[in-house]
Amino acid sequence: MSGLVEARPRPGLRRLAAVPPIWLVLAALLVVVVWRDPTFAQPASLLAFLKRCAPLLVLALGQLFVIVGGEFDLSVGALVTACVVIAARLGDGDPGRTWWVVAVLAVFGALVGLTNGLVTTLLRVPSFITTLGSMLVLNGAVFLWTGGAPTGALADNLRVLGRSGMTGVPVVGQLPWAVPVLVVVVTGATLLLHHTRFGDQVFAVGGGPRAAMLSGVDVWRIRTATFVLSGLSAVLAGILLAGFAGLSADAGSGYEFQAITAVVLAGAVLGGGRGTTVATVGGVLTLQALFILLNLLGFAKPLRDSAEGVLVIAAGAYTAYRARRSG
Amino acid sequence: MPKRVRTVTAVLAALTLAATGCSSTRPTGGTGASGAPGSAAANSNSTFKFFSQADFDKQMAQRTMSAQGDPSTPWVQMIQPSMVDTAKYAKPGRKWHLCFSNAALDNPWRVTGMTTMKAEVKLHPEIGDFTVVDAGGKDDKQIADLADLAAKGCDAIIVSPNTTSALTPAVERACRTGVPVVVFDRGVTTDCPVSYVHPIGGYAFGAAAAEFIAQRVGKGGKVLALRILPGVDVLENRWAGAKITFDKAGVNVVGVEFNNADPAKAKGIVSDYIQRFPDLAGVWLDAGFASVATVEAFQDAGRKVPPLTGEDQQDFLNLWKKQNLTAFGSVYPVYQWRTGVIAATWILSGRQVPKEWVLPQPTITADNLDRWIDPGMPPLFFSSCGCQQMPGFPQAWGGR
Repeated sequence: MSGLVEARPRPGLRRLAAVPPIWLVLAALLVVVVWRDPTFAQPASLLAFLKRCAPLLVLALGQLFVIVGGEFDLSVGALVTACVVIAARLGDGDPGRTWWVVAVLAVFGALVGLTNGLVTTLLRVPSFITTLGSMLVLNGAVFLWTGGAPTGALADNLRVLGRSGMTGVPVVGQLPWAVPVLVVVVTGATLLLHHTRFGDQVFAVGGGPRAAMLSGVDVWRIRTATFVLSGLSAVLAGILLAGFAGLSADAGSGYEFQAITAVVLAGAVLGGGRGTTVATVGGVLTLQALFILLNLLGFAKPLRDSAEGVLVIAAGAYTAYRARRSG
Repeated sequence: MPKRVRTVTAVLAALTLAATGCSSTRPTGGTGASGAPGSAAANSNSTFKFFSQADFDKQMAQRTMSAQGDPSTPWVQMIQPSMVDTAKYAKPGRKWHLCFSNAALDNPWRVTGMTTMKAEVKLHPEIGDFTVVDAGGKDDKQIADLADLAAKGCDAIIVSPNTTSALTPAVERACRTGVPVVVFDRGVTTDCPVSYVHPIGGYAFGAAAAEFIAQRVGKGGKVLALRILPGVDVLENRWAGAKITFDKAGVNVVGVEFNNADPAKAKGIVSDYIQRFPDLAGVWLDAGFASVATVEAFQDAGRKVPPLTGEDQQDFLNLWKKQNLTAFGSVYPVYQWRTGVIAATWILSGRQVPKEWVLPQPTITADNLDRWIDPGMPPLFFSSCGCQQMPGFPQAWGGR
């Protein structure tokens, strides 16, 4: 894998190489999926696909801020579960309570993020340990609170975002609410990360905390803010997931790893300083398309996990290779 | 599965059959002892690895037998019991110390079960102490738990094993300490426990639900089978029972999918199948937790919900009633958690118990649906607990 002996790519190839590789992988996967199941290419199917990606996409974008800032957030899966269970318990199926339930969830998610951030930055506990700890605390607390079987019910209006859609839309018929939500979230995250001073500071902190500090960036405040963003994204992901799938005692389990996998697939570097929101969208879509394909091909779940593992290692190796060549 | 050894020969025979080129179509029926229905299961290798024709036949027969005892207390009913003498374990005249090694408390079925078991213990004043150790779904932890219990002075040990093969030696060691052992729920491949408590079994569970679906969709009807995960004997048996039934009825099983106990994944899979097979006529599920997600997948796609199966989880039963679904419930009764304690108390008072305590395995149909709904109970409550008359109901089970 030595870059030295490689011939220069021809102009056409070079243009192709300028496209982030995740989109090429996604395109290849989608071609195979459509070849195996032509109905997938219908607009309604594609929208349903986006709807299914929505919770993970929101979660991955939150995770991206933390990763670009140079940390991890392993607690988001447990936070998603906690949100679903809390929403059912407090709301108890009553649509009138939904608004304050959502407010409670938002405050709760922000608080969990704030705690993660402060423990990581001020107490200098590595975020891997901090968020692993809060994952265990949240899982344990949810279990103690519910006794393992959640009570209550999710109100119909709380489930609207993740479950239903706008009817009577030309061409596609029904436009899932999750799709406009995604447009807003992706646009917002892109503006925040790539077009604001805050975003620049997140990159600076992730790229080199010491240099950032010396140039006047409040490293701990920026990093804490990324954790709060991640916590809030988990709340929105929880609401979308509760809408899509309903009440379950382990709604969010495994989502933290899928979110990190998607971010890494998209070329972000663990350790910080690299990553884009648009590529992260590609990472999530690729991961979900892969699951759909493996499902179509009849692979058992353990094999899917292995395939996900191979993919993330390959993506990590490729990113490292590109970093070596450009650096 | 105590009878696994007996099936090894049948398995070997069929594997040879498969290896000699009968792979594309169903192996010709009637070869040897295993017969046509058994061969049908050979289509799926992993299913067949767990298949026992003898157990299958026994369960099919037990489904139609009437159980001994009062039907209003099914947790002390028994099917085909062969009683064993327990006089040597009797410990009259003092308080007993009962110990329970639980595999895990990781799903709502087990949570309902554990609550019910604690309530059962309270019904017996002669039980002085009740020690519960939870293995958290880990074989090595449960093996250690059983070893620890040996030093705790238990008068009887109740075990709900995490996995069959890993826990068999540990249960044997527990038996050797001379303390009577009662196993319930999943089994072990040793007959050293004084009593093994379980409902009829997975073949009957899967077959009953499949018969319902097959009747509704007819020959050639397209059915999706939604399973949790491969490789667990109880679940493999449920699927084997269904597969044999479907094959016999000529039902077209268009897909067998694993959802890994994730309702979001289940809903995604069902949505995909609705797209691919607009004439999907039924959904068979090996467990009830994904039934609601399945119903919603059809509703969200603007389609009529086809016949489907589930369990006695309240959210599904309420939805069934409200939407007037065409549905069926196979019940893996929670009341076996009561029977485990009852068996231990019978043994310690020297009363005879069945070596294999086979409990009735009810089914839920449109006719008896109302009896299975407990209003005011949480969505993930299982009404087969047999706990409705116990002290502390419904609050202790999370109800109102």
